[in-house]
Amino acid sequence: MAEYETHQHDVLIIGAGGAGLRAAIEASAAGVTVGVVSKSLLGKAHTVMAEGGIAASLANVDDRDNWKVHFSDTMRGGQYLNQPRMAELHAKEAPDRVRELEAWGALFDRTQDGRILQRNFGGHKYPRLAHVGDRTGLEMIRTLQDHGIHRGIDFHMETTILTLLKDDGRVVGAFGYDRERGRFRLFQAKAVVLATGGIGRAYQITSNSWEYTGDGHSLAYHAGAELMDMEFVQFHPTGMVWPPSVRGILVTEGVRGEGGILTNKEGRRFMFDDIPPLYKNQTADNPEEGWRYTQGDKNARRPPELLTRDHVARCIVREIREGRGSPHGGVFLDISWIKQKLPNAAEHIKKKLPSMYHQFKQLADIDITREPMEIGPTTHYVMGGVRVDAETQMSSVPGLFAAGECGAGLHGANRLGGNSLSDLLVFGKRAGEFAAKFAKEHGAGLTNPDEVDAAACSALEPFERQAAEAPYQIQHDLQEMMQNLVGIVRREEELHEALKHLAALRERAGKVSVPGNREYNPGWHTALDLRNLLTVSEAVARAAIERKESRGAHFRDDYPAKDDAFSKFNLVIQKGADGEMQLRREPLPQMPEELKQIIEEMK
Amino acid sequence: MAKATFRIWRGDAKGGGFQDYESEVTAGMVVLDAVHEIQANQAPDLAVRWNCKAGKCGSCSAEINGMPKLMCMTRLNQLPLDKPVTVEPMHTFPRIKDLVTDVSWNFRVKTQIKPFKPRKPDAPDGTWRMAQQDVNRVQEFRKCIECFLCQDVCHVLREHHQYDQFIGPRFFVYAAALEMHPLDTEDRLTELRKAQGIGFCNITKCCTKVCPESITITDNAIIPLKERVVDDYYDPLTRLFKMFRPAAR
Repeated sequence: MAEYETHQHDVLIIGAGGAGLRAAIEASAAGVTVGVVSKSLLGKAHTVMAEGGIAASLANVDDRDNWKVHFSDTMRGGQYLNQPRMAELHAKEAPDRVRELEAWGALFDRTQDGRILQRNFGGHKYPRLAHVGDRTGLEMIRTLQDHGIHRGIDFHMETTILTLLKDDGRVVGAFGYDRERGRFRLFQAKAVVLATGGIGRAYQITSNSWEYTGDGHSLAYHAGAELMDMEFVQFHPTGMVWPPSVRGILVTEGVRGEGGILTNKEGRRFMFDDIPPLYKNQTADNPEEGWRYTQGDKNARRPPELLTRDHVARCIVREIREGRGSPHGGVFLDISWIKQKLPNAAEHIKKKLPSMYHQFKQLADIDITREPMEIGPTTHYVMGGVRVDAETQMSSVPGLFAAGECGAGLHGANRLGGNSLSDLLVFGKRAGEFAAKFAKEHGAGLTNPDEVDAAACSALEPFERQAAEAPYQIQHDLQEMMQNLVGIVRREEELHEALKHLAALRERAGKVSVPGNREYNPGWHTALDLRNLLTVSEAVARAAIERKESRGAHFRDDYPAKDDAFSKFNLVIQKGADGEMQLRREPLPQMPEELKQIIEEMK
Repeated sequence: MAKATFRIWRGDAKGGGFQDYESEVTAGMVVLDAVHEIQANQAPDLAVRWNCKAGKCGSCSAEINGMPKLMCMTRLNQLPLDKPVTVEPMHTFPRIKDLVTDVSWNFRVKTQIKPFKPRKPDAPDGTWRMAQQDVNRVQEFRKCIECFLCQDVCHVLREHHQYDQFIGPRFFVYAAALEMHPLDTEDRLTELRKAQGIGFCNITKCCTKVCPESITITDNAIIPLKERVVDDYYDPLTRLFKMFRPAAR
């Protein structure tokens, strides 16, 4: 084997967003050595972009809230395809995880009596999101980062993992490269936690940054782990649409939580036109009641703008398709109208939504305190991910754990806003805890030098090819294809067409070439990320073909209704012995009586 | 469609120079869009850091027409396009490649600042009570996205290279956020005065001017810290008091 810079850690964590950092803190607290690998610099991960807040039933604002309500909201939002045990643990443990952040220095907005303030969000029955204006993700990642750097954790910044290494069926390390010099690095570990986030870069219009190429999903899949729920990709209803350079950038749901309304070009509040039966009892039937809800009236029901993201996104698409959209192909989101209700509305908006104010002012020349925003759906989040054990977050491959967006199970067919940050904390902690436990119970494994050499060789191939295609065009074509054929509205024949395109794209990716040398070469990095993007894109397309119904974030134009036959299983994907993608239906786990009862009571 | 010339610094630690690229200009375009356009079509190995493209992560710091800015928040319609737009890496940090610099010094500095140490919880359930008005001023500091543009512009670092004796505006803001945190009980004044060199700051306010988050770095963070240091070390009454209680510090 060639000589590689080698690092040994008891627990290796891949990813340094909320889940990765929380896992690292927990693992190091358990007394094992911890290494964290991150594709970007520390503190830049996508968690930073989270705006709205962390969902936790602290009951600081409405004392009727408790874990049971949060649990049943999460299950309803996920159309009951969630793993009930994960939803239960999440609802029970989220409040402690939030309070812990405060003990580590986070400064949330406060209630009148000095406790953590909570805000309304789509699909949550009571005001539940602990927040800091609209920059909650920044507060969370900075708190974890600043706490974590004093815990003896080794950080390997700007390092990308190419492959996981196995010994006797168990994961014992990972192999990758550092961006700065392009040198390979070998990591030997007793347990590995994937916390790599999502797959948003597979789509053209996305709120995700360059990093989100499905690395963890793909690494796990190729290491033999199972992926689940991959057909469920969340298109956030409100992304910026104009100017073109900002298309896809997120506009927080907090705008609607603070009273923002959606209108079409006729000025109609179209969300009142279509309220799903599952939510009829919980939704206001007139604008006045909706407004009172956003202002904390406990007897009012929430406005239809705060229905779940899948539903709101589809309503927006309907308005645009039927010719009632805004000039640049979106609809209007208006918070400025609250000046009819509040005396100093402009100041109030700036205080509650400072970064939205800033973002629109600076990037779109729009003053959101005076005029409506133009918004449309943007690829935001993948509910699907590595199939894990609810308690431990371990995948079907021993020693391999996954937490946060790259794990699956908590959100089912659709994630509620605010449940992501709490997911990162609750299951990041659990992954760290059980990875450390696994590391203590197992010795170091052996990494296979041939496997490592092969990975290194294959990574360098793009430099050796002469004058073939550059990676950016392939990535762009993939994104465009996924957007058009595997997007918000799906059809059988288009999905099959997508598979054909993927085969062709894979062929092109196999011949990609990059100029220059290995030092900080984004062309090379993009070429290497293509493999992961292709893997996850195929998983999404295949699962989308198999689910012949519409449920949650998955909408089939050819099967527009929910079908009970499809409510009883999750779709699980695994690499077959022949190297092809295998798909199977995994029956939902039996829900314990007490949880069934909670769901019944909360209906 | 209108075109503009971008004069981008290409090179590495050993050296380099400016190279001109043409790019089309579309509505609402920012400098980072142009850099990406050039990367995709003309210079695939052009090195640049970026993440969120919305001014929230602080990755794409550079000097645009000589001014420290985030590339993702600098609109082309705010720049004169009749002459080339220069884009170069931050000057204060060692160059790695093209627009990417080695900012690791900042991460090392942060570990030298004593971490948050809260007082005992206020309530039996282990929680605290804080009034919004008491957290407001610290929330301003916690808006920091660690783009390090304030470090880049600060002459103590940029011109005088006092990396070993001065932590720079970013970390005064960080220290101020800890010192003014309503729950914090740690004392960081000795280090601020000695190893961290707060005295080197002569309040030119360049850091405040370049902060993309509009944090009032000098007035709200650095000056109050300077005052605390002065109160603690140079106030005649305190000194007199300390003469009789030398153990106090």
